[in-house]
Amino acid sequence: MEKSNYKDIFVFAEQVDGKIAGVVFELLGKAKELAAVRGGNVSAVLLGSGVQALCKKLAQYGANRVVLVDDKALETYMTEPYTKALYQVVSQYNPEIVMFGATAIGRDLAPRVSARAHTGLTADCTKLEIQDETGNLMMTRPAFGGNIMATILCPNHRPQMATVRPGVMQRIAPIEGAECPVDKVEVANLASAMNVEILEVVKKVSEKMDIMDAKVLVSGGRGMGCPKNFEALEALAEVLGGTVAASRASVDAGWQPKERQVGQTGKTVRPNLYIACGISGAIQHLAGMEDSDVIVAINKDATAPIFEVADYGVVGDACKIVPLLTEALKAQRAKKV
Amino acid sequence: MNIIVCIKQVPDTTEVRLNPETGTLIREGIPSIINPDDKAGLEAALRMKDKNGAHVTVISMGPLQADDALREALAMGADEAVLVTDRAFGGADTWATSSTLASAIKTLPYDLIITGRQAIDGDTAQVGPQIAEHLGLANISYAEEMETDGKSVTVKRQFEDRYHIIKAPLPCLVTALSELAQPRYMTPGGVFRAYQKQQVKNLTRADLDVADENIGLKGSPTRVFKSFAKELKGAGTVVSMEGEEAADWIVEKLEEKFLI
Repeated sequence: MEKSNYKDIFVFAEQVDGKIAGVVFELLGKAKELAAVRGGNVSAVLLGSGVQALCKKLAQYGANRVVLVDDKALETYMTEPYTKALYQVVSQYNPEIVMFGATAIGRDLAPRVSARAHTGLTADCTKLEIQDETGNLMMTRPAFGGNIMATILCPNHRPQMATVRPGVMQRIAPIEGAECPVDKVEVANLASAMNVEILEVVKKVSEKMDIMDAKVLVSGGRGMGCPKNFEALEALAEVLGGTVAASRASVDAGWQPKERQVGQTGKTVRPNLYIACGISGAIQHLAGMEDSDVIVAINKDATAPIFEVADYGVVGDACKIVPLLTEALKAQRAKKV
Repeated sequence: MNIIVCIKQVPDTTEVRLNPETGTLIREGIPSIINPDDKAGLEAALRMKDKNGAHVTVISMGPLQADDALREALAMGADEAVLVTDRAFGGADTWATSSTLASAIKTLPYDLIITGRQAIDGDTAQVGPQIAEHLGLANISYAEEMETDGKSVTVKRQFEDRYHIIKAPLPCLVTALSELAQPRYMTPGGVFRAYQKQQVKNLTRADLDVADENIGLKGSPTRVFKSFAKELKGAGTVVSMEGEEAADWIVEKLEEKFLI
């Protein structure tokens, strides 16, 4: 394998029902940054059926080109047709780097494509940099439940592939009116690659804001004592225009749904304000929220590790303080008006 | 029906602590367990066996100590256990691990292969789909529910905001979420049988038809460049307060930061 034959950074532009996954914009932002160091261009690879209209948006977020495979067989995500299509794109273009969101789709597709292409894949990266001496991609990721970080290289195989944790990389401000060339790639016999049957697609309905999109998160842990006490967190979140998140302990206890979970096995969030209530701050939790702009922690235990990352820590009973905080905020707001 | 369940012996990462002085993992005294997603996959296989009859083989790649994990699986009700172990397999990344396991699985009869979605020490979720790729099988990841009619499997496949009900003809590979099935406990009779009557069959390098360049460190496209303890951003101001005093203090700080 001649490494110099591999150029450019490709981003898998995951879309479902014609909506591009948020992580794709984050990947494009990061890819642009890496391309500035490494040289070369950023391409978005868009797979789907009737999705050409999405190309413009990919350009606005930093794609220099879109490689599009538009095929009826790609309408709903299925492992093999997507693998076949993406593998063909990778074989045809020889990118140096391929990035995927570490999503339920990306973490299924990337392993198959990398195994087929006989190259390395690093999962769930939280940091990507170009190594000065070699130009290799340094892929850093948490391991052992977020207890340690490991930097991985793929020195002798190409492309270098990584899945990247949603919520970690920064998207660029969209460039108004940006457009880019679109390469249409035909993949033969994609329909025959449909080797399983999707009997039903069932969407989960959630009325609440996704915690990854919220500017303010009021997050509760085991220290809240019982699910009833989360009502106080809801009230506080409402006053602040945010939403409620949870630690693994409170999700495992069944107090909050899994989609609210922050941490290594949950979601990575970076809101403007993160208020941790009754959360001790296990490393796996901190891994998911420590990049929040401002962290407030309320916990009875003065030795709780959450205080090691909090900008403002209160050693006290969150169950008692939170309702008073809600009232104080309301009073303060009334005063301002 | 022959079901193969891939299991990994892992340190219980919820028990892992860092040595604050050296920043390294304290591994002593950390219990080794069957990886939770794998154990849920094993339970799902055992339920299929209980319901319609099946021959369940557990397979693990790892050092000799992984024998304990396989005995536990036998004690839960697995029929056969295979340990893929050899120094030549050491240092493998997910590519080489899946290539090795696939070649071991080829020596066994199978209709359905179950792996956990991901292991709690590596968290990659790559080995399952990559085994399927090496075997040329369809895979269904992130299984929340699963049933079989002996010719196909029907799986509830989880995504972030939805699920798919997917039907795949056998043979195929399914990766299990912990939610798939709450694992049963070992029975005293099961433990006795696992240690006194049943054998763990060891497969070594010589038993597998796989090229040297596809196993171990040599067969691994990725390399660990360095590992290090995560740096935390550092503590801010911590006060000890209760009630309104605490509430007012927080309001004051949020105002200072223009957050309210």
